[in-house]
Amino acid sequence: MKFGMKWLAPLAAGLFAAQTAAAETELTVYTAVEAEDLARYAETFNASNPDIKINWVRDSTGIITAKLLAERDNPQADVVWGLAATSLLLLKSEGMLEAYAPAGVEMLDPKFVDKGDVPSWVGMDAWVASVCYNTVEAEKNGLTPPTSWKDLTDPMYKGHLIMPNPNSSGTGFLDVSSWLQMFGEEEGWAYMDALHGNIARYTHSGSKPCKLAAAGEIPIGISFAFRGAKSKADGAPLEIIVPSEGVGWDMEATAIIAGTANQEAAQKLVDFSITKEAMEMYNVGYAVVAMPGVAKPVEHFPEGLLDAMIDNDFEFAANNRAAILKEWQSRYDGKSEPKN
Amino acid sequence: MSNVDLTQLPAGPTIKGKLSRDDVIMRMGMGVIALYLIVTLAFPLWAMLSKSFSTFKFDLAGYELQVSDEDGTYSGEILTPELLNSELQVLTDNDLIAGSDSRLGLTPFFPDFSFRSPVKYQIRNTTDVGRFLVGSELKTGTEWLELDSNTFRRVQMRPVKATGMGNFINYFSTPALFNSIKNSMLIAVISTVVTVTLAFWFAYALNRTCMRFKGFFRLVAMAPILVPSLLPGIALVYLFGNQGMIKELLFGASIYGPIGIVIGSVFFTFPHAFIIISTALAISDARLYEAAASLRSTPWRTFWTVTIPGARYGLISAAFVVFNLVITDFGLPKVIGGQFNVLAVDIYKQVIGQQNFEMGAVVSVVLVIPAIFAFAIDRLVQSKQVALLSARSVPYQPTPNAKTDGIFFTYCVLVALFIVGILGVCQFAALIKFWPYDLSFSLTNYDFDRMDGGGWGSYYNSIKLGLFTAVAGTCIVFFGAYLVEKTNGFRLGRALFQMFAMLPMAIPGMVLGLAYIFFFNNPSNPLNMIYGTMAILVICSVTHFYTVSHLTAVTALKQMDREFESVSASLKQPTMKLFSRVTVPVCLPSVLDISIYLFVNAMTTVSAVVFLYSPKTSLASIAVLNMDDAGDIAPAAAMGMMIFYTNALARIIHLIVSKGVLKRTQAWRAR
Repeated sequence: MKFGMKWLAPLAAGLFAAQTAAAETELTVYTAVEAEDLARYAETFNASNPDIKINWVRDSTGIITAKLLAERDNPQADVVWGLAATSLLLLKSEGMLEAYAPAGVEMLDPKFVDKGDVPSWVGMDAWVASVCYNTVEAEKNGLTPPTSWKDLTDPMYKGHLIMPNPNSSGTGFLDVSSWLQMFGEEEGWAYMDALHGNIARYTHSGSKPCKLAAAGEIPIGISFAFRGAKSKADGAPLEIIVPSEGVGWDMEATAIIAGTANQEAAQKLVDFSITKEAMEMYNVGYAVVAMPGVAKPVEHFPEGLLDAMIDNDFEFAANNRAAILKEWQSRYDGKSEPKN
Repeated sequence: MSNVDLTQLPAGPTIKGKLSRDDVIMRMGMGVIALYLIVTLAFPLWAMLSKSFSTFKFDLAGYELQVSDEDGTYSGEILTPELLNSELQVLTDNDLIAGSDSRLGLTPFFPDFSFRSPVKYQIRNTTDVGRFLVGSELKTGTEWLELDSNTFRRVQMRPVKATGMGNFINYFSTPALFNSIKNSMLIAVISTVVTVTLAFWFAYALNRTCMRFKGFFRLVAMAPILVPSLLPGIALVYLFGNQGMIKELLFGASIYGPIGIVIGSVFFTFPHAFIIISTALAISDARLYEAAASLRSTPWRTFWTVTIPGARYGLISAAFVVFNLVITDFGLPKVIGGQFNVLAVDIYKQVIGQQNFEMGAVVSVVLVIPAIFAFAIDRLVQSKQVALLSARSVPYQPTPNAKTDGIFFTYCVLVALFIVGILGVCQFAALIKFWPYDLSFSLTNYDFDRMDGGGWGSYYNSIKLGLFTAVAGTCIVFFGAYLVEKTNGFRLGRALFQMFAMLPMAIPGMVLGLAYIFFFNNPSNPLNMIYGTMAILVICSVTHFYTVSHLTAVTALKQMDREFESVSASLKQPTMKLFSRVTVPVCLPSVLDISIYLFVNAMTTVSAVVFLYSPKTSLASIAVLNMDDAGDIAPAAAMGMMIFYTNALARIIHLIVSKGVLKRTQAWRAR
């Protein structure tokens, strides 16, 4: 095109610009979804939206959140697709999310939609706390399976229990916040005091307790159901227990970053993210998805998981997060013996 | 001959002119490399220091409130939380220090608050930077906002940015945080004592006895340098964990904690201590021993009065090097530390776990203090060292003694078993299908692409990083060392440069990495584009390992007489020609040593790059960390051993190349 034909250049440029706009919009999408699922997600999306190209930026939840917060004044992302709702609430409270009610939002379980007048984010699927119980090691140690959270404070489990540190793991935090919501502030901390006496140690990541339980390093790991199901599929002698009081959970969710230059494409992506088709796509790995009636049982997932999910108050969790973590740290972190 | 020529030449202005042009080039070169050090070291550290003073604070005077009566009419009285707090004393000054994520509700300021009450509230920010939340909606601006009681309880104040000591006050008033100082010091001291003692006797056996297989033992002692520091942690899990092979040896104590950290630290710091002490023991004056013997001193007394004083500088230096390595190490306590918090892991937890960069910077500042202290003492001791050997010395030759040789041989076998055992356990664990339930051998753990951490791509990235670091680092370091050694005059500049070149050694990798985030991830920094690329990893690695490379280069260059420069000047040859035609070939063995040092360290480092890698530039050493973190311990061991084999291979290639190069370029050394 650049052959010195000066009069042609502007015309050509205009033509090209128009064409690319129609043909392809590129969206920078931040995500914490498992790397192996990304290609599948993009493919399914492109089947109905061939004109939008997704450029993934993937990392773990903590790092993606940190990255988004660090870029607050100069956002690089157009859309966040697949990040913990707790993290999205953080972004919302910084005014970083563009409120948008995607087409079909009324079809979702209201638990999975932001409570704002116009929702700032919409949920995809949930990951749910569970207890991974190694039957072989438990038998060796003469343990009986717990059925509730309260059971875990039984002295019988002393040193046989492991959970993630809420200060470094989102899964750990959802456990702590669910106990505080279920048992109330005072009783919740009393429960954790008792539990602390039984905990062998706290791990940095949320999946490690279940992996350690799977490997028999420790008989009982407080982790999440998704992880347990995977380990069970790999042949670990695991039982996935859903405590009777109810379980904490967090969801993967989707949101538009305020100030994106590709508003229209971003909205299309969010629209797609809550279609039935998308829900079926999430259902491959996750047993609980945002649209009621879609989920088919996933192998090795425990029964009754959906009913056990507490009515999680995400606002409570987000607004008290800093204070809860501080309190938790002063009570349990860096001490081998429980308080009192 | 050159000397004669030079003195016979009349001092002419032309020669002077030539010299000064060379000088200008060299000074400019030095300036460029000094600039490199300033940009990659001084600026980031400064950015980090200022971050540690950047605080968040609740500004109680930043809000105004109005409260209505039960009918919803306002009296017009305007309250501020500050006013209410001074009356009610709800919060102390310390409670107002916040993190970037802190929130504070307003209801505690109203003792008779009830969310069922019909009382209404109005709230506004008094400044444009003020912000508060209703639920999770961010409210800015100075407009009045009316809320009913039930909504008012959802109001949360958000902190504003400030500058001050707040983070430090917060740090020292949180026992869980500052306990780490004690913990870090404790394990560093214990590990230092154990490692230096073990390494001393090992070096003693190799230098002062006539036992056999010394070459083999020397080789084994160096092996831990080739693996990331967290690998022994993984081995210890397999040995002493709850499903450990020999956990009975711990008598019920838990390996997760100080015991594990100390054992692992001894493993990975052993070679460092061994090299230093071995060098100190290698040279000794036999006349002192003869004198001791003729004075009828017992061997025990001779040991304390001759051997130890002779090696004291080596011992002190080894002790501080080990202390520094242990206190700044992050990978090992992360893997095996359990509930035992140490400073380096705290930085990671603050930054990655809580996104609390400010507190991460504070812990970094705290960690830098003992590191710099240990480093300074080490340099001081080294500078006091005087030549032990004079021209009249007689080198000490050990005499065979069946009994002591036997004892030392057994000792060395035990130490070698420890080192080989740790590596062996990792390799074994990597090959087991599913420990402890399925003990069949399989390669499933090498299927890295199925795990978190970047898969095989991270392994190739690591090799790339190693090669880039070796090439770029060697060029920068050697050229810099040459300039600083051989430039004429310009004393102040050279002294400053030397100081800068020493500094990286005292800066822990975690701290450097974090400082890089603050400096390079700043959108207004023109170098921002290298953030998240391989380039920043290379730069960080080169800077992190600058000091030892620099010292190696300086030592080699000191052996070359400055007259080479004079001669080339008198032959009217530019210095750069001399540099490429003479200096580099003569120093080639050292150049190769520097590059292998940089390669191996770039392959194994975790701490320096853990904050800087991006999904596209994930690294093998980081993959080990992340796979262990996710609970995939066997694949972590497998990847760790891949690093070991790669480094071992690199060493072998280095050995072969060095031999060839020595033959070609160093023939003049033999007569």
